[in-house]
Amino acid sequence: MPDDIRTYWLSETAAMLETTGASTLDTQRRIWKLAEQFRLRPHVREVVPGMNNLSVELDPAAPHAEDLPDQLREIWSNSSPTTLESRQMDIPVEYGDEAGPDLDEVARHSGLSPADVVRMHCAGLYTVFFLGFLPGFAYLGGLDPRLATPRRRDPRVAVPAGSVGIGGEQTGVYPWTSPGGWQLIGRTSMRLFDSAWASPALLSAGDTVRFVDARDRS
Amino acid sequence: MDRLSLMIGNGLVGNDLGAAGLELCLPPAVIRFDADCFIALTGAECRARLDGVALDSGCSATAKSGMTLEFAAAASGARAYLCVAGGIDVPLVLGSRSTDLHTAMGGFQGRMIRRGDVLNILPSLPRKHMASRTAQPLSAGPIRVMAGPEFEEFDPQSRKAFFESRWRVTPQSNRMGYRLEGPTLARMARYELKSHAVFCGLIQVPPGGAPIALMADAHATGGYPRFAMVIAADHGRLAQVAPGGSIQFELCTRKVAVQELRSNLHAH
Repeated sequence: MPDDIRTYWLSETAAMLETTGASTLDTQRRIWKLAEQFRLRPHVREVVPGMNNLSVELDPAAPHAEDLPDQLREIWSNSSPTTLESRQMDIPVEYGDEAGPDLDEVARHSGLSPADVVRMHCAGLYTVFFLGFLPGFAYLGGLDPRLATPRRRDPRVAVPAGSVGIGGEQTGVYPWTSPGGWQLIGRTSMRLFDSAWASPALLSAGDTVRFVDARDRS
Repeated sequence: MDRLSLMIGNGLVGNDLGAAGLELCLPPAVIRFDADCFIALTGAECRARLDGVALDSGCSATAKSGMTLEFAAAASGARAYLCVAGGIDVPLVLGSRSTDLHTAMGGFQGRMIRRGDVLNILPSLPRKHMASRTAQPLSAGPIRVMAGPEFEEFDPQSRKAFFESRWRVTPQSNRMGYRLEGPTLARMARYELKSHAVFCGLIQVPPGGAPIALMADAHATGGYPRFAMVIAADHGRLAQVAPGGSIQFELCTRKVAVQELRSNLHAH
């Protein structure tokens, strides 16, 4: 695998490794491995995987801190993809109408019927690449390219918690009411984050997700 | 927002640096003590009076039961910090006693303090000999930044204008980010970045060209081009600029930023 990467400083104490080229699940599996290795190292304050990239922050008092970009490079070059312990989660979704005000817009953009959009969204098996944005928000890979729809020109001031949306080639669930520009196709009543849970986020990197049409559920 | 001021305040009353204090955003406020408390004020200079006696920012004092601490409008700075020996009794949530307003998590019922709220204080440890006054970082002068990963992708006029202009912190600014008003920053590159970690101090430029400086409650990840990073030693100084205020930026090397961070850590 060619190593088209670059590393650079993000701050006094944090550096990032990013891969170039199209994002793939294979590269993300190497990112997970790299994240695992850095989490085990001393003086590491935070490890944040992104989309085919990884940021690492050290304690300000860490020795040899200046070597961080080199360490990222070196460990990356010796790393191989890893498969994380994972679960499959079914997320029930109320599609369309008030819960998914942009379902018709996605259908129009894709040249499909709203029913086809729902069927294809439910047919996908999505992988959690990483968590970010808001607590419990999962970046999912695996959206059927035919459903890809650009973000709204005017982002909503308040997207209701539980909203299921499509933004470009990504799909996901808003865990909290928040401003947002994704096209909303449905809503789930499933709770995605609770600080009282042993693992506060319902989804973890590596998990797979299926969306289930709540109307089909008996 | 101004972590250094909170740390200095906790240090003045003998607390762990992670003890909960009160951040008072653009006071006025009145606080009554129902028990004897050893307190310290840091951050904004807000002409506070403890039962009528001036208590300057950077000073500690004993507040006797029944006394009131009154704040006037801030004379300089935007946020004052009140630390109490023992720390405010709020639960540790995910390793922190701070409040996240967005998710209503942590702190005092996950929200801002309101008139009539009663806060409990945790028991304090026996005090070591402590300074009763400390020098606070100066707030004058430009905010220093390092060039961001996408800095070179902006056209030369934009890069020049960024450092030559005064930027207004708009009223749409909050704990997540300061929206800055000034010249439009034009990026020459057109590709979209992949989502990546973002953090306090990062200055992003969305396609519209108006920069946003991320603050203490920033998202975990984002994707806008990264123009610059405010150096850690100046995070608190930026937090002390109130919406409506204006700032200027100065370019700084990472080497200097690291030295400044180290000297801050040693001093406090």
